[in-house]
Amino acid sequence: MITLDKVSKRFPGQDGFAVTDLSLQVDDGELVVLVGPSGCGKTTTMRMINRLIEPTSGRIAVDGRDVMEQDPVQLRRGIGYVIQSVGLMPHRTVGENIATVPRLVGWDERRIRERIQELVEMFALDGGLIGRYPSELSGGQRQRVGVARALAADPPVMLMDEPFAAVDPIVRERLQEQFLDIQARLRKTIVFVTHDIDEAIKLADRIAILNVGGVLEQYARPEELLRAPASDFVRDFVGPEPGLKRLSLMSVADIDVEAGPVVHPDAAADEAVAAMEPFGLDWATVLDPEGRVLGWVDRADVTGRARVGDADVKRFAAYVTSGSSLRSALDAIVSNRTQVAVVVDEQERYRGILSLEAVAKEIIT
Amino acid sequence: MQPFARAVAWILSPAHWWGPDGVLTHTAEHVEITALSVAVALAIALPAGLYVGHTRRGEKAAVWTANLGRALPAFGILGIVFPFTLSLPGFGFYPTLIAMVLLAIPPILTNTYVGVRSVEADTVEAARGMGMSEVQLLRRIELPLAAPVIVAGIRTSAVAVVATATLAAVFGWGGYGRYIFDGFYQNDTVKILVGAILVAALAVVTELVLAVAEHLVRPARGAAAAGATA
Ligand SMILES: Nc1ncnc2c1ncn2[C@@H]1O[C@H](COP(=O)(O)OP(=O)(O)OP(=O)(O)O)[C@@H](O)[C@H]1O
Ligand SMILES: [Mg+2]
Repeated sequence: MITLDKVSKRFPGQDGFAVTDLSLQVDDGELVVLVGPSGCGKTTTMRMINRLIEPTSGRIAVDGRDVMEQDPVQLRRGIGYVIQSVGLMPHRTVGENIATVPRLVGWDERRIRERIQELVEMFALDGGLIGRYPSELSGGQRQRVGVARALAADPPVMLMDEPFAAVDPIVRERLQEQFLDIQARLRKTIVFVTHDIDEAIKLADRIAILNVGGVLEQYARPEELLRAPASDFVRDFVGPEPGLKRLSLMSVADIDVEAGPVVHPDAAADEAVAAMEPFGLDWATVLDPEGRVLGWVDRADVTGRARVGDADVKRFAAYVTSGSSLRSALDAIVSNRTQVAVVVDEQERYRGILSLEAVAKEIIT
Repeated sequence: MQPFARAVAWILSPAHWWGPDGVLTHTAEHVEITALSVAVALAIALPAGLYVGHTRRGEKAAVWTANLGRALPAFGILGIVFPFTLSLPGFGFYPTLIAMVLLAIPPILTNTYVGVRSVEADTVEAARGMGMSEVQLLRRIELPLAAPVIVAGIRTSAVAVVATATLAAVFGWGGYGRYIFDGFYQNDTVKILVGAILVAALAVVTELVLAVAEHLVRPARGAAAAGATA
């Protein structure tokens, strides 16, 4: 647990405060993202936690112990640290870089070797990279080595200052996903700095939005921040389409699917019509005997046919699964001519449908 | 025979190698004064340069010292220091040593400080954040990365000292300067040339040895970086 209690920082020779009266608590296993415009004191706040900067006033405690009462070098060895430019040692191999903190705290060589191997696998890095130098890595590999290095001695607490900002958007997205997977397993207590609100929304358990001068504007779960921004500053910072952003935080599994009209290819035309009737729709999903989705037919098509399968079975433009976000469900709804999202399981077996009303209800409440 | 060829022949003749005025004796003296001056300069300039480079404190003082050291003529220093060292044993040795140390300090100081300062701030910052002490930062990161630049500074100093230490002879100490100044007094062109050739040869050897050393201390950085920075 990290606790900041009325922490302020004013740099010598500076008129204003870089951080003003900031109180914040990060619970065990929680990933808190500090976000805000450039110069608002995010980095300063983070660096006060491991005493790279000392606060002018206030108290910071990690696991209940005041950081100012601890030896800074010992304190830092227990806190993982990653910066945007990564700062790998250029004259040390990937393996040696990862081994930095374990060596500092005196692990034996065997344990260090095993740990390097473990981390390389965890971050899906090629084992051949261990003996390479940082200059021989891609940008994405460097970032992953940086995070792996910070995790090497298994610190309970991590500080990460824009760790994915230096890579292109596609690589960044992959790194974010991988990082979320790893964090889901390790449950570290993390303070993560970014100025990208979308990254914050995607990664955070809670988001602290800071204004210039390190003034805390709101500290809340991403969903709450989007639903109920505490100030105009937060609303502006969160940016356009807060409703869509909230939908991206929720998944199809969070809401109930409707059964929807279904019919088999061998059914008669009037059976299809009978299936549509209760839902007030004039189309039905066609399923094979295993329950897999073949497509859909509309009322006009099946009328007069001997069996549904003789009609023109049209394909859906998009499916969603229970793991899909409501935002992609919404996209499926507006992409399909039937104006619903068809929910399927991993084997493409039919689970039901989602209507626009059902999704919209989630944003409005 | 040309004077130059005669001077070379003179040096190569074993009859001139031994004795108090022999080539070997003066070589030993010249190497001794050079090695000692550079060692003392290193003992002063390296810690000072590391301190300034690591802490970024006293940068102005370092630049000022280096410039002043460069501006002071070695001969002038010798003249100033000479009267104060008359009571010391080894007539002419100490004034030369002091002058040579002052000559050798600026390149080592400047290169050490610049070499440490040019280590990427983020590399040091990340390592500090992971819990390296200031001494560990210096020993494991800044010193190894700055090592080639520091050795380049030592090379510049050593070569300058080799050339300038000939002045020791004026004040009574030996070295190759003995041949040059004796040659002047005796109007012996060949003897002057002997001294000049030996000084040039020692300077070239020093240069080569330290160039190799500079290469040897270059930290491995992998193929890509080696190609980019070589
Ligand atoms: N060492 C320092 N000395 C003086 N002022 C500083 C120092 N470090 C930061 N500041 C000032 O403190 C304020 C906050 O800086 P900080 O680096 O924490 O911002 P940030 O939110 O991390 O910004 P960015 O998103 O650009 O990284 C800025 O006004 C900055 O100029
Ligand atoms: Mg910053």
